Amino acid sequence: MGLLSLAIWTPIAFGVVLLALGRDDQARAVRWLALIGSVVSFLVTLPLYSGFQLGTSAMQFVEKASWIERFNVNYALGVDGISLWFVLLTAFINVIVVIAGWEVITRKVNQYMAAFLILSGLMIGVFSALDGILFYVFFEATLIPMYLIIGIWGGPNKIYAAFKFFLYTLMGSLLTLIALIYLYTASNGSFDILAWHQLPLSGHVQTLLFFAFFAAFAVKVPMWPVHTWLPDVHVEAPTGGSAVLAAIMLKLGAYGFLRFSMPIAPDAAREWGTLMIVLSLVAVIYVGLVAMVQQDMKKLVAYSSVAHMGFVTLGFFIFNPLGVSGGLVQMIAHGFVSAAMFLSIGVLYDRVHSREISSYGGVVNTMPKFAAFALLFSMANCGLPGTAGFVGEWMVILGAVKFNFWIGLMSASALIFGAAYTLWMFKRVYLGPVANDHVKELTDINSREFLVMALLAVAVLAMGLYPKPFTDVMDTSVAELLKHVALSKLPQ
Amino acid sequence: MMMDTTSWMTIYPEIVLLVMACVIALVDLFVKSPRRTATHALTLLTLGGVALLHALYADAGQTLYGFGHLVVSDPLGHWLKCFASIAVMVTLVYSRPYAADRDMLRGGEMFSLSMFALLGMSVMISGQNFLVLYLGLELLTLSSYALVALRRDHTQATEAAMKYFVLGAMASGFLLYGMSMLYGATGSLDLSSVLKAIASGQVKHQVLVFGLVFIVAGLAFKIGAVPFHMWIPDVYQGAPTAATLLIGGAPKLAAFALMIRLLVEGLLPLAIDWQQMLAFLAIASLAVGNLAAIAQTNLKRMLAYSTIAQMGFVLLGFVAGVINGQTTLAANAYSSAMFYIVGYVLTTLASFGIILLLARQGFESEEITDLAGLNLRSPLYAGVMAVCLFSLAGIPPMVGFYAKLAVLQSLIASGQGFYIGLAIYAVLMSLIGAFYYLRVVKVMYFDEPVTATTVSAPADVRVVLSINGLLVLLLGIVPGALMALCAQAVKSMLAL
Repeated sequence: MGLLSLAIWTPIAFGVVLLALGRDDQARAVRWLALIGSVVSFLVTLPLYSGFQLGTSAMQFVEKASWIERFNVNYALGVDGISLWFVLLTAFINVIVVIAGWEVITRKVNQYMAAFLILSGLMIGVFSALDGILFYVFFEATLIPMYLIIGIWGGPNKIYAAFKFFLYTLMGSLLTLIALIYLYTASNGSFDILAWHQLPLSGHVQTLLFFAFFAAFAVKVPMWPVHTWLPDVHVEAPTGGSAVLAAIMLKLGAYGFLRFSMPIAPDAAREWGTLMIVLSLVAVIYVGLVAMVQQDMKKLVAYSSVAHMGFVTLGFFIFNPLGVSGGLVQMIAHGFVSAAMFLSIGVLYDRVHSREISSYGGVVNTMPKFAAFALLFSMANCGLPGTAGFVGEWMVILGAVKFNFWIGLMSASALIFGAAYTLWMFKRVYLGPVANDHVKELTDINSREFLVMALLAVAVLAMGLYPKPFTDVMDTSVAELLKHVALSKLPQ
Repeated sequence: MMMDTTSWMTIYPEIVLLVMACVIALVDLFVKSPRRTATHALTLLTLGGVALLHALYADAGQTLYGFGHLVVSDPLGHWLKCFASIAVMVTLVYSRPYAADRDMLRGGEMFSLSMFALLGMSVMISGQNFLVLYLGLELLTLSSYALVALRRDHTQATEAAMKYFVLGAMASGFLLYGMSMLYGATGSLDLSSVLKAIASGQVKHQVLVFGLVFIVAGLAFKIGAVPFHMWIPDVYQGAPTAATLLIGGAPKLAAFALMIRLLVEGLLPLAIDWQQMLAFLAIASLAVGNLAAIAQTNLKRMLAYSTIAQMGFVLLGFVAGVINGQTTLAANAYSSAMFYIVGYVLTTLASFGIILLLARQGFESEEITDLAGLNLRSPLYAGVMAVCLFSLAGIPPMVGFYAKLAVLQSLIASGQGFYIGLAIYAVLMSLIGAFYYLRVVKVMYFDEPVTATTVSAPADVRVVLSINGLLVLLLGIVPGALMALCAQAVKSMLAL
């Protein structure tokens, strides 16, 4: 069994064992088994990084076996510089989420932990699939555990949120399924994604394919104006669900743009690039402003996620190395930062059971250790140099200025909005005098929460101070992708 | 007519079934146990044996005709009959506790009737002649009417039986009328002769299409495609759940075979005409089935409408076989329909198995709300039901997804704008479908249970149901073998 198969199936196997054997009266054993499962799953992804060959854009750790012969579907896996880090990120966040849900979840603990483990395996599958149907199966299958996570352990309006999440994202991906089958027919019976990259397609077909893919990936990212599901879902999802959703699931969409839309339909991508840039800028600026007026902390971070993902798509569609690499770095950074932001909100919510900003004030007085972490994550969220949030945004802005000064200027304005809404929230929640009795009775984070925060803090700082390991991995693949996108695939 | 050994060999499993059905009906007279243990065991054994025989025949891969071309023994037929036997067997396992609680096992009729119904299906599946097909159909439907009416003192069941009988008889009439038109036009009841006569171009096209309309209408009645679907919701809801499963499960395989035999083996040169009709039926079924299912509160009725929508998808598998007079895509298209129907029957068995399981003495677990909080009462059964519902909704990695994938592929492979449009329409409709399946998952997982009673089931039901649910998932993770089997069976049928 190859390393990638191991990375996919280890967490799923642990999840299945938990589902089969777990009972609520053995919650302790269930938690420990889940932790062991997630840590082992993370450890098996590490050799992917250490064994990764720099300087080539070819797929690595390739596995290929026939899966459904009748349709020539293969169990084909592989990672390149674009996808490698997301495999590790997914496994890492999974560990964090398991620890974060430790005592918080008391009902059906085994199902909760199993859902996250299986979800993480499926998402790694999305990032490493090299076959269209395999990709789609993993992509869609992630909906099931997430639907259950939101619906079972979510907030008061969880049912609405779970349905909105499922149906909204299903709508987009069904059109993508049609596109995949069309490509299968057009390529004379192949579901090989890399073969599709080389397939000549007429301009008309490329446009249709581009928008079919857009339907799935834009909803997932989510891009303005199809972002409305995200705030509703985030608000109702349990803390762990929000963290995984923001940290990994949104990246599935952005990853799809790089793996499908741009290389398969490059002419259409260039033709419609302006539209994508406009949508991204609206997300960055308008949604940033929307974030500023939110009263609910989770909603605020959700809108801020939309704005940050706007940066990512902006970076992709300005078609220069700085932009695309910057977008990728931003995706990873946002994975750490958004998870940290949601988990911080979770820490407060577990104690006070309110997400309203107005229910808090002066938390720093009662929870100094926690407030220090929260400050770091807030700074990272608004892109302070030295934190993970800065690197990606800076690269994208630089790329955008190269592409067009005014677009660069507009995207840079987002840094101001980002600082405004994040720091204003920080001020209202953490600073000032103790606002009410609830805050007065707060106890600082325990060692388990400290561990979660510390792991994320280290990741955020390390990436901010030394982003080279991330960019090194990406450079060749990104350069190759852009070279490919620049060539026309129209039949001569 | 030749009565040679080959002829007898072609229907050997059917003879075993017939003899055993009579024997079991006699043996049952001496069975005293109120749960009919001996009858039950004998029936299961027979069905298992018959399924095994069919599997062996199918595996041999031969195509033989018997009784002067009245019946055929080919891999397609034997696989379908094998699956049908297993489906009836599983149905009986799920049904026994339910039937025993409802005074339906006072005599062993349920077992004999099920076996005769299966015999009818087998005849339908292997028929090569209009009259043989019709006889098989009648044997199946007459047994089904009696099964629906098995609860004599139950008003709803009796009403359902009446409805089923009246509409079913009308459908049979349609079918017979269509057959007689074709007989008149072509001068033969034999499918291959009819095919040759039509292909020769000597027969007047109007007469053929006139007969075809009635045949398609009759078939649409039988599989429950809109606008001939009226009986489905009422019968599904009204019939005792055990009977619902018996008419909603295995017979779908036979209905598929009937379509293949009549439309493909007999009337392929008219494909351009029947493809249009089926496309219309499919469009209407997808819309009505999915939209009406949303409004249902009764689980059986909701599943009935869902069946209508699912049959719309099966019909789509038939519409893109012949493109511009070329049959190169036919095997691809019809095997996708076959895979769909096999996956569908498997899923239906498990989902109705859960409904049967949750029903207790004096309590029908029929409303969607009866499933509330099932996850807290029994994670296993909730999981089985959830897997089935996600499969019906077409979410990977369940078998239902690959079924939809195969059908959509057959449409898109045609490369024609109309069919690609149909594919897009179908996925949008399945998005609507996802909503009502998800609603049941929601009730099971997100709602609080109304009753705290634990769910208990006899060991055989528990084991079979778990395997059934697991298969829905496993066939999704490794669908290759079943897909290849369907493709192979359909290919060998078309090659002749």
